[in-house]
Amino acid sequence: MQFGVFAIGDISPDPTTGYTQSEAERISNLIAIGRRADEVGLDVVALGEHHNPPFVISSPPALLAHIAALTDRIILSTAVTLITTNDPVKIAEDYAMVQHVAKGRLDLMLGRGNTVPVYPWFGRDIRDGVAMSLENYNLLHRLWREDVVDWDGRFRTPLQGFTATPRPLDGVPPFVWHGSIRTPETAEQAAFYGNGFFANHILAPNFHFRPLVDLYRQRFAHYGHGAAEQAIVGLGGHSFIAKRSQDAIETYRPYFERHPFFRGTRLEDYLAATPATVGSPQEVIDKVMTFQEGFGDYQRQLFLVDSGGLPVELALEQVELLGAEVVPVLRKEMAARRKPGVPDAPTHESLVRAKYGDAEPRQPRPNPNRGDNLSGASPYQDSDPDVEARFPVAF
Amino acid sequence: MVGIPRPVTIVAVNAGVSDPSTTRLLADRVVQKAIDALRESGTPATVRTIDLAPLAADIARALVSGLPDPEVRAVIGQVAQADAVIAATPVYKAGISGLFKTFADLIDNDLLIAKPVVLAATGGSARHAMVVDDQLRPLFAFLRAIPVPTSLYVAPEDWGSADLGRRIDRAARELAVLLGTGAGRQIAESNWEGYQHQFGGNATAAARSFADVDFDTDLMRLATGGGSPPPARERGR
Repeated sequence: MQFGVFAIGDISPDPTTGYTQSEAERISNLIAIGRRADEVGLDVVALGEHHNPPFVISSPPALLAHIAALTDRIILSTAVTLITTNDPVKIAEDYAMVQHVAKGRLDLMLGRGNTVPVYPWFGRDIRDGVAMSLENYNLLHRLWREDVVDWDGRFRTPLQGFTATPRPLDGVPPFVWHGSIRTPETAEQAAFYGNGFFANHILAPNFHFRPLVDLYRQRFAHYGHGAAEQAIVGLGGHSFIAKRSQDAIETYRPYFERHPFFRGTRLEDYLAATPATVGSPQEVIDKVMTFQEGFGDYQRQLFLVDSGGLPVELALEQVELLGAEVVPVLRKEMAARRKPGVPDAPTHESLVRAKYGDAEPRQPRPNPNRGDNLSGASPYQDSDPDVEARFPVAF
Repeated sequence: MVGIPRPVTIVAVNAGVSDPSTTRLLADRVVQKAIDALRESGTPATVRTIDLAPLAADIARALVSGLPDPEVRAVIGQVAQADAVIAATPVYKAGISGLFKTFADLIDNDLLIAKPVVLAATGGSARHAMVVDDQLRPLFAFLRAIPVPTSLYVAPEDWGSADLGRRIDRAARELAVLLGTGAGRQIAESNWEGYQHQFGGNATAAARSFADVDFDTDLMRLATGGGSPPPARERGR
């Protein structure tokens, strides 16, 4: 079971002081949160892509690559990477590059994005959002698995003889989670490919996401990847922890009750009705244990701990409390209740082992430049001779 | 079909705010006449009246937070379960009550598909009589409900007129006939997939598990590696 934090890089005034972080400060603070998460032994830090203020993470791969250089063992991930408005070719290239520099400590979560103007800003039509996300992933999946791709779809220019570089580290693509809050087609796609499925598990009633998670589990089994309870499920969560329950409530109340999302909602009502957890480490542990009961054994739990104008000192304290007091207990308790045969979330190491056993992983070496900046019909020295790149011809 | 008629459930949604409220009074009169008309045709009916005023703050919060609290969710569930709806609102500032519209804004687009609805409003002057047909009727058309032909608008002087009773009776009988034929239920059931739905929505027939989901669609084929469906503008919506 993996535990970690996710951040969407929102900037808002601290309601207790009125102070608004600059973009420079927020970016530094996100890096500090990633480093601290690594230091205290969390498994994952995930950053969410946005293309408008007051959010600062327009380019998760750039930020993740930097955090990778400053950390030792934590997995870098996204929450989410936009599979609609990004070109899947660029996703394949950018994230393969981060996977290399992070020595395999990278996976990613794909989502459609719900900020309406982003679609037209990137020349897209939001009404095609579901179809676009499905088609784009179909292409991304192939780009990471086939040296030479010919492609013809609706949402990007056709590809002929295209090779996405660099090839994934050790010939093993980053593991992909598909995030969705209401789209059965997304759950179906995750199940079809045997990828992970992630429910954000915030801003909704308790167990609201269970039907979609169950659909994913059933279809995962339908496609022969394993039993339904072996499907790879991740959940988000929204939490604020203090040693004493009352301190957590009192400290967090202004950050919650003055946030535009929650205007007028009492924190206590929200905590009772949704998966959000604000309280002592034990209270957070108790609530998260109900997730395992409700959703079945799952593989990844991410907490949102730095949103809504929280100063970085408090956010770092959250990461420390998770690492020191909450996650160690959750690891033990969840493992004790886990059904036998439920796998962990795939990691680069486990995927390499599954693909190669004790053999050496593939290390592609390109064929030489033939004078036109291309390597000819066969891109790599070990490329399958049956697969030849046929480049577009200009007349 | 021969046999004991299945009981029908009518839900009256009242956006009046006073106590007693003339809007509630109008809703109650429609309810009573509808029960009478259904009883004549041998159809037992149960009625639930929802007063929105006590939930006004919860409804407003649900609109801005996107998260209805348990009370509001319960009320949406009751409307979803209804076979027919009586919609009753005061007219304020030349329009339907913001409370009524806010509640309508919270319900799923497919919650009322083909359900018979009586449209009723009260106002301080006969000059607002067209509000029902100009505002409530398009709202329920959007929701693809079946408003009965007779709209009810009640100005103060109407409470002293026998015509009001006759119009209420007429609207109630129209509702009873629509309910008796089962036309709405047949429309919804015969073409449920033809309307847009949300997985896990509040509509009684909403898909809630993989067994309810149609995997034989263009998008599902695309999800599993197949080609893209044609652009949205070329699909019949």
